[in-house]
Amino acid sequence: MATTQEAKPKGAAMIDGVKSSSWQSRLAAAIVAALVVLLLVQAVKDPGQFVSQLLIGITNGAIIALIALGYTLVYGIVELINFAHGDNFMIGSFVGVTVLSGTFLGLGFFAPIDSGSGTGIRIVGVLLALVVAMLACGLINVGIERVAYKPLRNSPRLAVLITAIGMSFILQNVGLVWKGSFQIPFPSLISNGNALAGITDAVAYRWKDLFVVLVTIPLLLGLSYFIRSTRQGKAMRAVAQDKEAAAMMGINVNRTISVAFLLGGILAGASGVMFGLFNGTTVFDLGVRQGLFAFTAAVLGGIGNLAGAVVGGVLIGVIGSMTDQYVGVRWTDIVIFTVLILVLVFRPRGLLGDRSAVQGGGGE
Amino acid sequence: MSGSPGAGSPKALLRRFGLPGGLILLAFLFPLINGVSGANLMFPVIIVAVYVMLALGLNIVVGFAGLLDLGFVAFYALGAYVVGWFASTHFNEVSFSFLSALPAQTSGRELPGIHVSFWILLIAAGAFAALWGVIIGAPTLRLRGDYLAIVTLGFGEIIPRFFLNGDNILGYNLTNGTIGIKGIDSPGIPFGPRTWQQFGTLDLNPWYYTILVLVLITIFVNIRLRDSRLGRAWMAVREDETAAAAMGVNTTTTKLWAYALGATFGGLAGAFYGTFIKSIFPTSFSFNISVLILCMVILGGMGSIYGVILGAILLQGINFYLLPQTNEWVHAIGDALNSPLLSNADIPKFNYFLFGVLLVAMMLLRPEGIIPNRQRQEELREAEEDDSATELTRA
Repeated sequence: MATTQEAKPKGAAMIDGVKSSSWQSRLAAAIVAALVVLLLVQAVKDPGQFVSQLLIGITNGAIIALIALGYTLVYGIVELINFAHGDNFMIGSFVGVTVLSGTFLGLGFFAPIDSGSGTGIRIVGVLLALVVAMLACGLINVGIERVAYKPLRNSPRLAVLITAIGMSFILQNVGLVWKGSFQIPFPSLISNGNALAGITDAVAYRWKDLFVVLVTIPLLLGLSYFIRSTRQGKAMRAVAQDKEAAAMMGINVNRTISVAFLLGGILAGASGVMFGLFNGTTVFDLGVRQGLFAFTAAVLGGIGNLAGAVVGGVLIGVIGSMTDQYVGVRWTDIVIFTVLILVLVFRPRGLLGDRSAVQGGGGE
Repeated sequence: MSGSPGAGSPKALLRRFGLPGGLILLAFLFPLINGVSGANLMFPVIIVAVYVMLALGLNIVVGFAGLLDLGFVAFYALGAYVVGWFASTHFNEVSFSFLSALPAQTSGRELPGIHVSFWILLIAAGAFAALWGVIIGAPTLRLRGDYLAIVTLGFGEIIPRFFLNGDNILGYNLTNGTIGIKGIDSPGIPFGPRTWQQFGTLDLNPWYYTILVLVLITIFVNIRLRDSRLGRAWMAVREDETAAAAMGVNTTTTKLWAYALGATFGGLAGAFYGTFIKSIFPTSFSFNISVLILCMVILGGMGSIYGVILGAILLQGINFYLLPQTNEWVHAIGDALNSPLLSNADIPKFNYFLFGVLLVAMMLLRPEGIIPNRQRQEELREAEEDDSATELTRA
């Protein structure tokens, strides 16, 4: 944002911001503060439960954050909500469970990897599942873009949005045909045991939580390096900022968009496998719910903003787990969808919006 | 129309009203045809009529006003639950009856629950749905296409989930949760043959004529709305909101009217559905239904009343007839070729796959639908023409 004002010292600017804030933002801040106080009261009452719920929330949040990054990458570049992204995540989990079962299309490649296998085989199995799922989902995302979104790049927004819904349904039904309508169990490969068992008894940090962190952080670092330091990453930032100018600078816009979709798909695939291993189960309509949660996270953090997607993801994960514990599992969906509506209506740019690594706006 | 005989002359009247008149006549005679030919299509036809109403309602929001509403099923659910609350034994702590077709006392005891006449409830359901249309529409007024769709989707998910979880709101059972509400009263007309005094399950004719009249009223209202000042305002807002506002169109009230009116027809359809099906479950009001109705509008032609009716009939025809029929054929082929895959295939389960493909294909090939609204066709095609024009100037 180019302004001709002098840069105010940060403190003074913040105070100005507070003074000129509307009654709505003050009300929102007050409500959030009240909720945080309520939570802290619960934390003091039963710290062990609070901390374990917090950890579950952060772990779920990491999984959601990866999906949210996919949404935000695509939205930043083509200003399109890839409705089918959540279902791509579901397909990722299906691919993962298929890889771990060792058979595909009736051909047995290797013995199924499950809780009976040795540690070495398990690690190989998990890595294999992750890699295959990432590849598959990346390619699916690129395919969707080529088939459904590219021809409509100059059509009214309504047309593309409807096409995205159609692709979402198609993917869901691919899942339905592939694995049926019931929940599909994931082999239990990562133990529920306490990773800190020998070290400390105060906090229970499971191997499962550690696993999610171990996979998520390298992916995030890799993505951040890619966007910041490689030529393709720079091209993505350029296309997100101004498509025509980027084309004039010699950037292949079509390929850059495909790369963005590929990255989003890769993250969705990894997230799908992690979800399956963490939660132990998957189902064909998983993508709808988790996809909406992830989109909420992306918007909450600021759509188009990569750091925002991660922050939003963790926040939504924590909100979800806290609601599960202190309000009731069946109200969690409603709470998160309410957050979605509130953010879209009252603060479309999200928490970290307007600053971005991959630029792009939402709303106005 | 120049060159044609005078406006009131028989020829002109025939040209204008011939096709609709013929279709309406056919519709009124349908039970006769159905009975004589032994086709037994009453139940599917009544369900198709309900969906025609729903599609026409969504057409107001999506087709006329250009607002992509992905949560239309919420109004359907609201209408059904209004009837479930006020015309059943659900609230059995009280006993209140008002012009209901049911006898006020059975075996000497007062009938538990609230029982209001269905015809009054119809109006109430429409009004309640309209109110919620305004409530849902109000936050979306400043939003652009994508975010508007997501917000309506959010509401479309929240409201049915609220009905699902409503059996324990601070201890009170409002909506009976997953069990749903059963035993909803049937309507009745205080004169005429016995099956009309209290609609039953044996004779579907009274149901059919009720929904037929409702559909005809809906069509009439839609046509008048489309050609009214409000309809023109919708068209203006749809094409270019800024220009419309500059021309003095109050975009806020215009959009809210679209939501309210669309919701009204959704609520009316829901109310009829509730009393027809007699038991309603929150799980039947899912996002899939919203997409199905959207599919009908898209397939038939956004903004085109005939088109949307055709879309509803086609898609429900696929659901009710084509898919089960294909299922039988595939099973027959499977048995003949001794292939267990084909013999055990369950084709109707994949109807949403078909609808997904349909949505994508329609948007890629013919976004204006089968029977297009000329205006919409121009809008949807003009984007492509602009593109080719700039190509020429660049080269």
